[in-house]
Amino acid sequence: MNDRSAEIVKFDNVGLRYGTDPEVLSNLSFTLYPGSFYFLTGASGAGKTSLLKLLYLAQRPSRGAIRMFGQDLMTMPRERLPDLRQRLGVVFQNFRLVPHLTAFDNVALPLRLAGAPEARVLKAVSDMLEWVGLAHRGHAIPATLSGGEQQRVAIARAVIARPRMLIADEPTGNVDPDMALKLLRLFEALNNRVGTTVVVATHDVHLLKKVPDSLIMRLNKGELSDPTGALRYPPRPAAGPAAGPEREL
Amino acid sequence: MSVPPLPEAPEEAPATTATTLTAKPPRAARLLPQPRMGGLIPWVIAILIALVVIAAAGGLALRNLAETARADLASAVTVQVIEPNPDLRDQRGQAAVAVLQGMDLVRSVRLVPQSELAALLEPWLGTAATSGDVPIPALIDVELVRRASPAEIAAIETALTAAVPDARVDAQGDWLRPVYRALAALQWLALGLIALIALATAAAVWLASRNSLAQHRETVEIIHLLGGTDRQITRTFLGTVLREAAFGAILGTAFGLGAVWLLGQQFAALDAGMTRGGGLAFRDWLVIAAVPLGGVLLALATARMTIALALRNML
Repeated sequence: MNDRSAEIVKFDNVGLRYGTDPEVLSNLSFTLYPGSFYFLTGASGAGKTSLLKLLYLAQRPSRGAIRMFGQDLMTMPRERLPDLRQRLGVVFQNFRLVPHLTAFDNVALPLRLAGAPEARVLKAVSDMLEWVGLAHRGHAIPATLSGGEQQRVAIARAVIARPRMLIADEPTGNVDPDMALKLLRLFEALNNRVGTTVVVATHDVHLLKKVPDSLIMRLNKGELSDPTGALRYPPRPAAGPAAGPEREL
Repeated sequence: MSVPPLPEAPEEAPATTATTLTAKPPRAARLLPQPRMGGLIPWVIAILIALVVIAAAGGLALRNLAETARADLASAVTVQVIEPNPDLRDQRGQAAVAVLQGMDLVRSVRLVPQSELAALLEPWLGTAATSGDVPIPALIDVELVRRASPAEIAAIETALTAAVPDARVDAQGDWLRPVYRALAALQWLALGLIALIALATAAAVWLASRNSLAQHRETVEIIHLLGGTDRQITRTFLGTVLREAAFGAILGTAFGLGAVWLLGQQFAALDAGMTRGGGLAFRDWLVIAAVPLGGVLLALATARMTIALALRNML
């Protein structure tokens, strides 16, 4: 059973507009709970990426209120944002790997930014590259990696620091179906074994069926609908028990 | 499809809370590719530092020259005895010397020989200087025991004219006053130049820092989104600024010192009395040595401020 006090993210009547354009997101009110697996779906232009930007703190809302890890983002000074960002793992739609760094150094970035000792960085990154099947490509720079390899580096970077919430924007968009399924299994493993809350934005409806315990949030023209009860409390997954903080890590 | 087991979680890294934000970020250089400020910046800084070294050395030399000249001339007066009759002029000259030698304020008195005066004036008067056609006053160089006030100069003149009515006393410092004023103006000009060059240096570093940040904006955004702090990003940029500014400062100082040495040689070759006081003392060299250090600090401060302001506009 989920605990309301343990909510990861809470949106309250949030709206987002760019400049003076009309709102791309309107009246979003929902809560994300620890250890849950969410799919965010919607047609192209529905506002998925904008919503994810709010979640991974690349954007502040135009109105409404957002709480994350129990802290009010609206009044939080920007000096404290790094602390929150270090609890997140993000797989960007276009990967956003640092072009001048090797695959190893890209994956190591979150740990080094958090001040981890180099010996631990070496072991953790080596293990993680092994895990995503790129141990032999650690010295390669992103430009020399294939799309699928870049995606796996991006995923390794996103999960290396064991984030409390993993946010992935179309993570299977550039890979073949086999690789897509494999990546999804990696997210599931993280969700099941580490207890990370996972939010995956996708327009691939076939993907939704691959994770049985997942909850679905659907965006349509910037407004959210609730086909699976994901937005209710307690959230009602499609099958199986509700995910929660008590899930074994 | 089998899923490989998750590797062991890395040991809990310290959270970047408000308290740890002030801690020294580790291996900042590895967090970002070494950003280049701009290829021309070290050379621009080198040129500007060289100009400051030359301006500073020039200003200090002028100050020393003015001080030496003032010290030499402020405690000296010249007495002229204007008398066309040569015999009478010699006689009155001797009388004036006798009066001056009796004064407590006077250290030494020298009646300048007529032949020496004629030699001094010959370049302007030609043979007239020695022919006797042009009357030349008797000149007496008087060295005082200390700097005399205008009232004391007036007292000397009063005592002197009582015995030699045609005697006239000139404080040497008086007729050099316009020269002092010109030297002071040149010193201010040197200071103004240094201030303008410092401004130009700051502007160049400001532009280069903004360009460098713009060039690496995508990387900086990624670092931010992965939890990097402004301090970590700023440190990486400042490392580059320090390296490039230090290179430019060393190069510029070497060039500036070379130019100062050459100018010094040129002035020394003049062998003119006044320029002898224009050398640089040890303390002056210390000031000049501080120029590159000041340049590097200015570049660092400017870059830090520029980057901090730019990062503040990012989320």
